[in-house]
Amino acid sequence: MITALLVMTGIALVLGAVLGFASIKFKVEGDPLVEKIDAILPQTQCGQCGFPGCRPYATAIADGEAEINQCPPGGEEGIRKLADLLGREFKPLSEEHGVEKPKSVAVIDEATCIGCTLCIQACPVDAIVGAAKQLHTIVAAECTGCELCLAPCPVDCITMEAITETVDTWKWRYPVVEIKAA
Amino acid sequence: MLRKLFKFHGGVKPQTNKTQSTTAAIAAVPLPDRLVIPLHQAVGGHPRPLVQPGEHVLKGQRIGGADGNLSSAVHASTSGIVRDVAQAVMPHTSGLTTLSVIIEPDGEDRWCELEKVNYRSTPPDELRDFLRDAGVVGLGGAVFPSYAKLKPGKEGKLKTLVINGAECEPFITCDDMLMRERASDMLKGIVAMRYMLQAEEVLIGIEDNKPEAVASVQAAIRASGETGIEAVAIPTRYPAGGAKQLIRVLTGIEVPHGRRSTDFGVQCFNVGTAFSIFEALEHGRPLISRLVTVAGNVTAPRNYDVLIGTPMDHLVRLAGPRPDTDRYIMGGPMMGVRMPGFDVPVVKATNCVLVGSPALFPAPPPEMPCIRCGECAKACPADLAPFEMYWFSRSKNFGKAQEYHLFDCIECGCCSFVCPSHIPLVDYFRFSKSEIWSREREKESSDGARDRFEFKNFRQEREKQEKAEKLAAKAAATREKVATEGAATPAAADGEAAPKPKPSATDAKRALIEAAMEKARQQKAQVAPKNTDHLAPDVEADIAAIDARRNAAPARAADTPDA
Amino acid sequence: MNNSPFVRKAASVQSVMLQVLLALVPAIAAYVWFFGAGILVQLAIASAAALAGEAAMLAIRGKPKALFLTDLSAVVTAWLIALTFPPIAPWWLTVTGTLLAVVVVKQLYGGLGQNPFNPAMAAFCLMIVAYPALMSQWPAAGQLDFKTQLDLIFGGLRQVDAITGATPLDALRTALRSAASPDSQLHGLRTNQLMDGPAFGLLGGKGSEWIALGYLVGGLWLIRQRIITWHIPAAFCGALFASALLLWGMRPDAFASPLFHLASGGAMLGAFFILTDPVSGATTPRGKLLFAAGAAIFTYVIRSFGAFPDGVAFATLLMNILVPLIDMKTQAPVFGHKKD
Repeated sequence: MITALLVMTGIALVLGAVLGFASIKFKVEGDPLVEKIDAILPQTQCGQCGFPGCRPYATAIADGEAEINQCPPGGEEGIRKLADLLGREFKPLSEEHGVEKPKSVAVIDEATCIGCTLCIQACPVDAIVGAAKQLHTIVAAECTGCELCLAPCPVDCITMEAITETVDTWKWRYPVVEIKAA
Repeated sequence: MLRKLFKFHGGVKPQTNKTQSTTAAIAAVPLPDRLVIPLHQAVGGHPRPLVQPGEHVLKGQRIGGADGNLSSAVHASTSGIVRDVAQAVMPHTSGLTTLSVIIEPDGEDRWCELEKVNYRSTPPDELRDFLRDAGVVGLGGAVFPSYAKLKPGKEGKLKTLVINGAECEPFITCDDMLMRERASDMLKGIVAMRYMLQAEEVLIGIEDNKPEAVASVQAAIRASGETGIEAVAIPTRYPAGGAKQLIRVLTGIEVPHGRRSTDFGVQCFNVGTAFSIFEALEHGRPLISRLVTVAGNVTAPRNYDVLIGTPMDHLVRLAGPRPDTDRYIMGGPMMGVRMPGFDVPVVKATNCVLVGSPALFPAPPPEMPCIRCGECAKACPADLAPFEMYWFSRSKNFGKAQEYHLFDCIECGCCSFVCPSHIPLVDYFRFSKSEIWSREREKESSDGARDRFEFKNFRQEREKQEKAEKLAAKAAATREKVATEGAATPAAADGEAAPKPKPSATDAKRALIEAAMEKARQQKAQVAPKNTDHLAPDVEADIAAIDARRNAAPARAADTPDA
Repeated sequence: MNNSPFVRKAASVQSVMLQVLLALVPAIAAYVWFFGAGILVQLAIASAAALAGEAAMLAIRGKPKALFLTDLSAVVTAWLIALTFPPIAPWWLTVTGTLLAVVVVKQLYGGLGQNPFNPAMAAFCLMIVAYPALMSQWPAAGQLDFKTQLDLIFGGLRQVDAITGATPLDALRTALRSAASPDSQLHGLRTNQLMDGPAFGLLGGKGSEWIALGYLVGGLWLIRQRIITWHIPAAFCGALFASALLLWGMRPDAFASPLFHLASGGAMLGAFFILTDPVSGATTPRGKLLFAAGAAIFTYVIRSFGAFPDGVAFATLLMNILVPLIDMKTQAPVFGHKKD
């Protein structure tokens, strides 16, 4: 009886020590879950999810404070990936947060722009260049299509243009040779 | 002479169908009504247009300038008027458009002034620039700018220069005919390339189903008296004409995916490229035409010397297409690309216009499940396991597909060719590759967006902090100033100053605010409208009107309650 | 419209399966010659059951029936079942086995190309576990006429113990075991003396060794037709021979000879027709060697130390489990990444 107790206690102590050692030795810095969620989010930084940027939304998802279906730019595919990562059920995109749109970029009508810099301040990813009373222009390659610059513009000179396919971005389609029941 | 040849794994032997188009000599093509010359015809950057609509151009005149590190110029194929510089459908499966120069020939076919170059006396860099501006690109189908490949490796010299005359694709005979009819000129081009690359030996690999070409090239080598150049007949087996496979057959070297062949002392060029290098150096003629095989569903398959930009249907009409023609294929039946229409232009990559019909190239039988028979792996010249890659591509598990070396796939089509289940394996691989590329692009742009977003937040935070610090410093300074001034002359700030000997904190604050307000008042007074001297009377009237409105505005605001 | 390649070799699953069926014909001929035409009845029963089961499952799964029934893969499974089951097995045993193979082992896993286990061998194992007695009754060569066989198959006659015995493998093992015990009348007899009975032929069982030769001939033809590669048959026969040689060399009185092992039971059928099933077998050249050698060793162990008449079926299933691992670990280096 005593021996059994001693043995059990001894095992418990040894295993506890191993676990304690492992937790120090294999400590993971930061919160990898937030990083993983953030990697899935499209980094549009549009705030349509109700959070000020993709990372805050990722943190909120990781903390269980937000649903996974609040990101319209990420679309259905993004929700699926999040559902896979988090082991949650797939949900259709929440309508109150917006609808999935084709990827587009903002274009400034340079004839109308008055150089007020409001859009520059609004752009979350520094994709608009220009200075006060100078014509602004959008660096198309860096624009995420978040539409945050549309509202502040006092003269409504910014429009969204869908990105058209070029031969460099053209993709081979999935071969659909589905067998039909004969 | 017997040379030790090596083998590559796999390969297939499709029906070659080459004899039909080699009976007649290379023919010229009458000028079409319209030439559509896409500016982007080679691997690398999109060339900039150098001409305007309405401009008259001469044959050989540069109409697209090389742009960026890797790019190649484009030239007018004949003299005429530029009708438009606009988007036009390009010879690509997607059916997308690309910026093209549309030329209406004037019928004179007049050359511009041509500049020759002596490759032995020109510095290598200048020579490469010359070839870039002459638009010389690989004519085997990959259209890689040749100047970029004409650099010897790190050692400054090359062991073997491989010239690709294998032409393993069925139906295509343009290289065969080039070697038969223009072997000595092609050889001069090879000699020039050999000089540029400082290559010890030159091996011209030709599949042994082209004995006439082998004989013709051998005769040209003998006649030229060059040593160290050899025409080698290699076994006919598709894809022996793949650059990597040909290098393997001739030298035994396997160049891995993602490595330069010059690192292994080898470089490979197509025979057509050699000929166009000869044309550029010897005559100063840029690449404005190429040999094109017209074969397949036509009554008289033949090779033509075709101006770049000639609409394909104009060319095919000469060979007599049969009425059941339903498509054109650019290239051969194994790797060729289905054209989106019949009027797309011949470009530098067009080695063959294969005319198709449902009878000649029937639709594949229904796709069955993979039975893992391994035929595809047996046929794969890159030693891959296509059925494994197919499995992962089909389930869109791209990471796994890459683990099975998806990007080593050269899309030669051998696996689809042999598959008993009729699975379009190559289609799955093309799909996976373009999907992976697109995801990489997206990831790159989203990473960039994340970085810029985080930097912006950091910057705003920093600015806020700096501002706060500045304000605090300023506040402290003013407080001190007010304090000292207050101590010296109490009640100097205003009449209602507290009689206390030392200003309390609230007093200091009030003083601060008032000082700021005073400063603002002064600033406002100082800001006078500029550019108001020497104005035209109407402008002055405008200003007066605006001022009146501005003055009226506060008054209106004052009228409204709670304003 | 499709993309390149626009030309294709005239190959199809159907033609592959048809060639496999053709390759079985020499062995079937030998079977009929030595054991009577009962096997033909079994082949017909199994084929009909397989096609019916496959058709029903295809209908339920909404797959094209015409396409998949004519691929002949179900018929191949059916023939392998008929050839591995005793020729006098009652019809319902054959039908149940075949339906298990086609419906459960093949279609429930996703149909053609998706089954991790060899359907015929899985069915054999299931049935030998469920009906050990019925699955172990083998008539000797020339013992039963066609009428008796029909009676046995279709159920009238069932006093089988009197007319059937065990397989040569079973018989020899039992004999060797009793020879090893001192109180048996066989004690002290050598293997070649034990094989002197009427059930045995030159190398293996009387008659069955000729069937094995038929499999060998058909299998070699399949290699020539490039339907299968040499790897699996060579590795299987080699490893079976080697393991038998090892123990026989040490104790010739207690173990059967290597040639007996090769000529008996399902060795040849397994080497050329069962392990070479591409769907459930290994696919890389090195993997095939490992896979077949492993199956041979398992076969030998089960035959020599187990209780079942033959070990090929269990060995096949055991190795089927290992196939994903074997394939993953034996991927050949690709072009340009070889070390030479």
